[in-house]
Amino acid sequence: MSFGVVMLCHTALDRAAQVARHWAQAGCPVVIHLDRRVPDRDRDRLASALADLPAVRFSARIACEWGTFSLVRATNLAATQLLDGFPDITHVLLASGACLPIRPVAELAAHLAAHPDTDFIESVTTADVGWTVGGLNQERFTLRFPFSWKKQRRLFDGYVRLQRKIGFQRRIPDGIVPHLGSQWWCLTRRSLQAILAHPDRPRHDRYFRRVWIPDESYFQTLVRTVSTKIESRSLTLCKFDFQGRPHVFYDDHLHLLRQSEAYVARKIWPQADLLYRTFLTDAAAPTRLAPNPAKINRLFAKAVERRIKGRPGLFMQSRFPTARRGGNLSAGPYGLFQGFDELFQDFHPWLTRNAGVRVHGHLFAPDRVRFADDERVYKGGLSDSASLRDYNPRSFLTNLVWNTRGETQCFHFGPGDVQDIASFIAGDPNARAFIISGAFAVPLWRSNRPFPEIRAEAARLQKIESDLIARFDHPDTKALTRIWSLAEFVENPAEPLLQLLDDLNPRGQHRPADMPQLVPLGGFGAFLQDLRNQGMHPVMMGDFPANFDNAEKNLT
Amino acid sequence: MRLMSIYRLRLQRKRLLWRAFRKRRQLVPVTQRMQGLRRQPILLFSTMRNERVRLPFFLDYYRKLGVDHFLVVDNGSTDGTREYLADQPDVSLWETDAGYKQSRFGMDWIMHLLRRYGSGNWCLTVDVDEFLVYPFCETRPLRALTDWLDSAGNRAFSSMLLDMYPKGAMHEQPYYEGQNPFEIAQYFDSGNYTTTRSWPLLNLWIQGGPRARLFFADNPYRAPALNKIPLVKWRRSYAYVSSTHMLLPRGLNLTYDDGGGEKPSGCLLHAKFLDTFAAKAEEEMRRGQHYAESHEYRAYQEGLSRERDLWCPRSEKYINWRQLEILGLMSKGNWA
Repeated sequence: MSFGVVMLCHTALDRAAQVARHWAQAGCPVVIHLDRRVPDRDRDRLASALADLPAVRFSARIACEWGTFSLVRATNLAATQLLDGFPDITHVLLASGACLPIRPVAELAAHLAAHPDTDFIESVTTADVGWTVGGLNQERFTLRFPFSWKKQRRLFDGYVRLQRKIGFQRRIPDGIVPHLGSQWWCLTRRSLQAILAHPDRPRHDRYFRRVWIPDESYFQTLVRTVSTKIESRSLTLCKFDFQGRPHVFYDDHLHLLRQSEAYVARKIWPQADLLYRTFLTDAAAPTRLAPNPAKINRLFAKAVERRIKGRPGLFMQSRFPTARRGGNLSAGPYGLFQGFDELFQDFHPWLTRNAGVRVHGHLFAPDRVRFADDERVYKGGLSDSASLRDYNPRSFLTNLVWNTRGETQCFHFGPGDVQDIASFIAGDPNARAFIISGAFAVPLWRSNRPFPEIRAEAARLQKIESDLIARFDHPDTKALTRIWSLAEFVENPAEPLLQLLDDLNPRGQHRPADMPQLVPLGGFGAFLQDLRNQGMHPVMMGDFPANFDNAEKNLT
Repeated sequence: MRLMSIYRLRLQRKRLLWRAFRKRRQLVPVTQRMQGLRRQPILLFSTMRNERVRLPFFLDYYRKLGVDHFLVVDNGSTDGTREYLADQPDVSLWETDAGYKQSRFGMDWIMHLLRRYGSGNWCLTVDVDEFLVYPFCETRPLRALTDWLDSAGNRAFSSMLLDMYPKGAMHEQPYYEGQNPFEIAQYFDSGNYTTTRSWPLLNLWIQGGPRARLFFADNPYRAPALNKIPLVKWRRSYAYVSSTHMLLPRGLNLTYDDGGGEKPSGCLLHAKFLDTFAAKAEEEMRRGQHYAESHEYRAYQEGLSRERDLWCPRSEKYINWRQLEILGLMSKGNWA
């Protein structure tokens, strides 16, 4: 016989009985504290279920409320009874009714026998604690908490605020340095006895009676005054989520629990039959796996991250962030190209080749969505129907980017397209917008339409484009935006082209072997002059040289 | 103004509750087997009509998930549905011949039963062609989910309706009794859903999927809503507003996180598009008892008459809940 177990139980008593039996049959005496509020009927059933085990006893019952001193009192009562009743135990393990030993009891006994003077208790000074939820750590020791956190939350919070405001503080008794830690510990008989029989114990109890969640600080603090050797870690595996509630283990965690270094796990779902069956029969022992506690940490850390941060760019039934909290963010980088397909004959294949991206046509064309390769339905079942797209353009775009995670999407845009999406793109940090302003005039010039029609169309497109550019020039714009006027661009097209490759694929080192061919622009200057002569004012193109001619020029 | 709109919602809720109370007389009990249920049972509520062939798999599916009792309203079935249900040991059955449409598409009856038998329990309200899939559903029974929701203080669990469809024409792959419908309807659309937030009920409004893609491309506004909150820890004062799409009080609709995180959610796999669908569409058109002048069924009929296959090369083949979670259709949230 080496150690005894104090079990604090209030629900799932049949499971508690099972575990108590397991401890007792392995030679560990158990004292069970049963919440006063459990009906006597249930107590009697539990007692009769364990009646055949002389090493299982029941302590006096106290009504326990989470976060209050009652839990410490219950622990003290049961621990005293355990130490007095079983004089040959060397350690006491504190467990709850939802704890399950996940390694053979003999292993724990051997571990404790090898460390006869070590107290296994997580005990961290308040300044170094990172895990408390709700911002109360040092204040747990200096404020008063007369109200129930569970039932009188508003009073609780209000009173805390009031005390902070007034600057009221309780004095921490001499000799006490506040420490916090997991409430599931394993102490040596010597340390525990020293705490329980401490000459100052009435004073300690009086102080801790008003401390918030004393079961996480009473033993953790006092053990520092009596212990000779503290190993500040808990033998109980207990993970908390972001609201400070313990994670629950289910049958599918069996594999994970086998890789734990801890001896006991908490909390186990009462109906996890497989876990109870596996760990409460010693046949399970040989199948233990190599310990890998990092895996357990990772799993629960990821769960918390998913709950708090979620997956950026995903809009779905249980994640719908407001604009300030990521509602204006798509899942990954994508590129918008305005004016490029008007100005180059072979821009599309060139971009695909050199940037390693998927290049779509005009996704927001008024008649239908021009997906790459002219597909009718794109990834995720996105339809090419313009009305479906325009019904909710933001969903359309974020869906497209989400559905194609891992592959950068690029598409052409222009003043002839449906513009509703522009403000979303401008506000999206993942957007890369490359705009050659005024390029819309090139196809007009090359078309054979009657001049008055061209003039009217040019004026309309110019208006739309200038609105768009105003939006992208706005201080609130989060998109990476590059805007060149047509005149600027044709002067030296190679530089902007290299820059956009770099923007799209910052890690790509390559210099493209070739450059796309500009359409011949000889005579375009004269066309602009014609527009001016007709009373229009083409400004978006910049100062386009009247005699520009690139017919002989070769880009390299 | 804000007070006014809150008061208006309260009135609406009271009106819905009153409606349900008035309709209680339309329900005639056939079998009552609620005695001897465990404390806090998980209850399933459903209205159905002529669903005999689907029933064995449906009941089996939810029994395996851990539903303790089924409360079913039979709306004038003629194909043996009532007799079959009356024989089941874990089904309490009511029947009525009153109008489905006049009962808010069955919701008045269901709400009466919810109020009467569901208060204080986790209640799942689904149609006979809706199959709940939630995180870890292969290894953890429904009770594990409801226990977890309880401990997290959640009152409702959202599950988007996910339309499943077969490859090829529906009538070529007949469904036989007891078969898993998703052996036939294996495919779904993974990423064409539109989401907006609705005012003043604060719920999300989700549309899309194959129905929007094929039947409502010209009128997307009319496309059916896919947001559903089928699992609720019911209280007497709760009311479903429109099918199980949203609830009052409106706080129950906040099953999503607007701060960037993900709450846990599931999917209702919708086994509507089987060989039984054409006949159903025809019947419902004739009865005119469905939502919005049976607009939906009219659209299907037009779509179907063009012999359209719902399948497309971008359809996703269903594997399991983990696939749905990776695709972002549902989430584990912080349940690990």
